[in-house]
Amino acid sequence: MADPRALVESVFREESGRIIATLIRLSGSFDKAEEAMQEALISALGTWPEKGIPNNPGAWITAVAHRKLIDSVRKESIRTEKEDALLYETELSQRRNPAADEDTSMQYPDDRLRLMFTCCHPALNLDAQVALTLRTLGGLATPEIARAFLVPEPTMAQRLVRAKRKIQEARIPYEVPPPEKMPERLDAVMTVVYLVFNEGYSATSGSLLIRRELCQEAIRLARILEQLLPSEPELKGLLALMLLQDSRRETRVTEKGVLVTLEEQDRSRWDRNEIREGTRLVETALRQRRVGPYQLQAAIAAVHANAASSAETDWTEIAALYRELMSVAPTPVVALNHAVAVAMSEGIERGLSLIDELDKSGDLDHYYLFHAARADLLRRMGRQQEACSAYRSAIRLATNEVEQEYLKRRLVEVGGGAWVSG
Amino acid sequence: MRYMLLIYQKENEGPPPPEVAEQSMAAHRVLMEEAKKLGIFGGAEPLQPTSTATTLRTREGKRVILDGPFAETKEQLAGYYILDCKDLDEAIGWASRLPLRCGGGEGCVEIRPIRSMSLPSDEASQPPYASALNG
Repeated sequence: MADPRALVESVFREESGRIIATLIRLSGSFDKAEEAMQEALISALGTWPEKGIPNNPGAWITAVAHRKLIDSVRKESIRTEKEDALLYETELSQRRNPAADEDTSMQYPDDRLRLMFTCCHPALNLDAQVALTLRTLGGLATPEIARAFLVPEPTMAQRLVRAKRKIQEARIPYEVPPPEKMPERLDAVMTVVYLVFNEGYSATSGSLLIRRELCQEAIRLARILEQLLPSEPELKGLLALMLLQDSRRETRVTEKGVLVTLEEQDRSRWDRNEIREGTRLVETALRQRRVGPYQLQAAIAAVHANAASSAETDWTEIAALYRELMSVAPTPVVALNHAVAVAMSEGIERGLSLIDELDKSGDLDHYYLFHAARADLLRRMGRQQEACSAYRSAIRLATNEVEQEYLKRRLVEVGGGAWVSG
Repeated sequence: MRYMLLIYQKENEGPPPPEVAEQSMAAHRVLMEEAKKLGIFGGAEPLQPTSTATTLRTREGKRVILDGPFAETKEQLAGYYILDCKDLDEAIGWASRLPLRCGGGEGCVEIRPIRSMSLPSDEASQPPYASALNG
């Protein structure tokens, strides 16, 4: 048989979120659940090489951990009477699963949804929500999460401890919120998932491997959510958006780390499977007629992804989608993107005047993409002098080295000479 | 789990117009009645403004009596509720119904779970508790 350690690891990767979600429900404690799962994994390492791999390895681990929980409650209950109630409850649920050794007949309900909502409860700060989601549902180890977010390991460990303690001591409920609170709470969950994705997608510092893993993890979480809440079109939109963005991953930066714009990317290397799935998802979502910001962003990404070449992009459609997006999510950044789409569809002149109007509000003055977009339009119009000064503003504001390099290249192209910092 | 809902408000805006104050009081009465009927009410009281506050502080082992509140912040503790709730979401539900206009301005509610501890009466004045309270 395969190396049992590798097998246990792969089961863990796939199933740990579901296992831990059930164990938290059974024990009422994140810590006890983690402990019991660790012990069960050790049991698996000892048993599987001899007796063979059970048909449903995840359920096997859950059942073994469940028994360990009951044992530990029994030990404790000798000391404190209070635990009797829990023991009784735990045994009851055990009796409902009498065939604990025949893994195939065993069914634990899927508790991942309630785990998701608890981890993303607004009473926890956003950093803690992200860390806890990755730790419990993603099964990422604390050092991995720390590296991904460029935080010292003890800091990340503390963040997790604090979050778990708050859940326990303030008694944040372990349940799926009622329908009237669902939209608000689901927004919070989607924010966390998309933040995980963007952390992996946009930042260029830190290990590439971990960043890729974060994107995949976010997509995996969105897939689980979409399966568990199939009637929520925004979840489909979020999953579609991430798949469509991820499809371009290989072409966004050259091997030397140079940024490649959408216009210049090698479309033959875009991931067709992700594009197909993303497009299908966003189409299904839009048919539900409950449009939201993730669906609209996904629709825009789908138009880009399905254009045979940059020149054949349907900019009129994209401008219309951005207009729609402005009505549901009116941010200056969306307005900027709308202006660029107008420039590409109705004429650069018209787009530039929209951008200059945005300039008056001052909201975007510190946003490097604002200056970069303006510079780009000016360059296309042949207004080199003004383009140079806009590129210079953008370079000053960009914090990411890859983006700075790209802008410096453009600056040279429009005759602005080499960038001298300072 | 028992929660304490601490109501913080701006103090410097003067008393609200009488009709606003009356509305707030009525809303508080409704909430208290409802909580009592449900058997989850553990008390609720408004506080006098911080101009009446006295702070007792321990400095280098000595107690110092000071005029004024514990901290000079924009919003000051104005009153509290103690409610026995199923979980944090239920406590948030109650907190979101609290009127915040009694003090005349904006405000916020801090929700804190109450630690359960049994306090044996004969030990209550012993030093360990004093250090615990100061710590």
